[in-house]
Amino acid sequence: MAYQNIFTQVQLRGELEPGVPIGPNNDPRIGPFGFTYLMGKFGGAQLGPIYLGRLGVASLICGAISLVIMGMNMAASVNYDPIQFVRQFFWLSLEPPAVKYGFSVLPPLNEGGWWVIAGFFLTASILLWWARTYRRARELGMGTHVAWAFASAIWLYLVLGFIRPMAMGSWSEAVPFGIFPHLDWTAAFSIRYGNLFYNPFHALSIAFLYGSTLLFAMHGATILAVGRYGGEREIEQITDRGTASERAALFWRWTMGFNATMESIHRWAWWFAVLTTLTGGIGILLTGTVVDNWYLWAVEHHFAEQYPATGTVDPSTLPGAPQ
Amino acid sequence: MMRKTLTLLAAVPALLLGGCEIGTKVVEQQGPNGVAIAQVKHKATMKIAAEVPAPPYELTADMRTGDRAKDVYQNVQVLGDVSVDEFNYMMASITEWIAPADGSVENGGCNYCHNPENMASDEVYTKVVARKMLQMTRTINANWTPHFNNNYGESSENAGVTCWTCHRGKPVPVNNWSARPADPRILAGNKRGQNTPLMQTAYSSLPYDFFSAYLAGSGNVRVSAKSAYPSDHVASIPATELTYGLMMHQSQALGVNCTFCHNSQNFAKWDDSRQQRVNAWYGTRMVRDINNNYISALGDVWPANGKGVYGNRRGPEGDPLKVNCATCHNGINRPLGGAKMLKDYPALHGGGAPVTVAAPAATPATPETPVAAIADESKPAV
Repeated sequence: MAYQNIFTQVQLRGELEPGVPIGPNNDPRIGPFGFTYLMGKFGGAQLGPIYLGRLGVASLICGAISLVIMGMNMAASVNYDPIQFVRQFFWLSLEPPAVKYGFSVLPPLNEGGWWVIAGFFLTASILLWWARTYRRARELGMGTHVAWAFASAIWLYLVLGFIRPMAMGSWSEAVPFGIFPHLDWTAAFSIRYGNLFYNPFHALSIAFLYGSTLLFAMHGATILAVGRYGGEREIEQITDRGTASERAALFWRWTMGFNATMESIHRWAWWFAVLTTLTGGIGILLTGTVVDNWYLWAVEHHFAEQYPATGTVDPSTLPGAPQ
Repeated sequence: MMRKTLTLLAAVPALLLGGCEIGTKVVEQQGPNGVAIAQVKHKATMKIAAEVPAPPYELTADMRTGDRAKDVYQNVQVLGDVSVDEFNYMMASITEWIAPADGSVENGGCNYCHNPENMASDEVYTKVVARKMLQMTRTINANWTPHFNNNYGESSENAGVTCWTCHRGKPVPVNNWSARPADPRILAGNKRGQNTPLMQTAYSSLPYDFFSAYLAGSGNVRVSAKSAYPSDHVASIPATELTYGLMMHQSQALGVNCTFCHNSQNFAKWDDSRQQRVNAWYGTRMVRDINNNYISALGDVWPANGKGVYGNRRGPEGDPLKVNCATCHNGINRPLGGAKMLKDYPALHGGGAPVTVAAPAATPATPETPVAAIADESKPAV
């Protein structure tokens, strides 16, 4: 064997590591549970300890309530037939309230009320989980970057399911809970508002989304490529010559004239990811509230090409046309 | 271990690609470069033009002279002005098209509609229906020409329908629809008119009762906003999804994709659409005319399900089986592959020669265009 990559090291076995002591006003941790060989193939071989805490418990309870409401509504729609529930699962849905209920606090349960309740508990679950990521980071003396990145995703979620429907005055604008139904919603949303691809914030969101995958691939590949020099120990190596760190930097300077640093590449990645949902949420919020047809808006602002007209005339505008 | 991994490596991509159609595709570009306005067809499954039956015998000019049918036969209400020979020629054709006597249809032949003791009698309900359908066919060919007008650069003379276009040798055309049972008000069994894998929505979870809304009701597919900024235009997402369902049906019924009619950069904009969209617009209204003023107008003439020898003619809600785009089109954009079948059956032309309308692309329509006529003459003919 020419070399042994440090990344695919032998799994160590020893005393289970309980982690750093935690301060007062914390709940006890659960575990550690033990080592598993399989987990060691993907990451740390030790499972636990997990910090569940009051926030975690509350979040899981709210999430479970929400999922049960969605699942039971879907099951009801196929008359509680377990076979049909499985066969049609991708089609089934918990639909938001109909147009006639506007943005009323609680429409009748079987006409969207359950959707509002499920959405409430799902939102509570997500926000509690967010608070948990914030608190745990603080307890470990970390920055709260994870929490704020998560908050960006929550922003898009809230715009889709709550803020925009409120601005439009109708729950019916919100997304159904269902696999295919939410995709149909997406398609109909774009058609209704004149093609979302011409929404510049949607365009930014896509750029950041695809940019994120590109950056992720570049960074992951770079670190793996210098793994034979211990590249994952970035900070220890950063000032030394000939290290994995310097080689990684040189590689990018040679190939594209510029290199991110071991620190800045993570800022790149963080911002690209965060901006994906941040710009996406802005784009959704503006749709229907500020702009009603993005294609026409884009043509007006010289953002989209106006193709030569085909000469086709709307027949309903012809005299005597049937309606 | 290694072999297992390799097998998995081979099997997983194969499974992931299971939904893809393998085989040669034929692509025809139909719009400007770079906007993906093209029809993609799977070569192996491309629809071949359907079979068009030959006329029972040649209809000569001689045969079209002579006594008029109404003067020789009794109770001839629609085809009274054609000659006796042409009348019999039509009767023979209609029998072959709808209820042939070759054993494929129970009780097929003349007696499917006629009492052999008294051919003029209306006692068999199918004769009443046949009369209405003849009136319908003549109305379609005379008044709904805008639906056939943009005929791929070909002359639109003799473009139109015969009984065969829909019936294809069967008393009830294969593709039809009827009202869907309403969802219960309670949660159990309530699909909210959607979220069900059905062919008519191309197996999406889109709403499926768009036939009632657009092909019988007067629903209008105008959901996209016409101005860049919010205006008095109101269209909800559920309403948009309903129109999407109809579009899926039209796409399937004609075997075409969205860009057959639309420039998908902005579906609503007529200026950027292909002429085919005009055909589709008239077609939707033509189907509505057929369903409301001919099929549903027959009312109780349609026997209750399970009564009589003819089998079911109504859906589960008791309304008659009605037509949609697939009834004529059968999966191809030009029914019967564009065969001008009508030329052999002048009696089906209706009010004289078909009226030609200049394509609106070339000439702005004038008030004399037959679209005006439709509004007046689409009332049930009695």
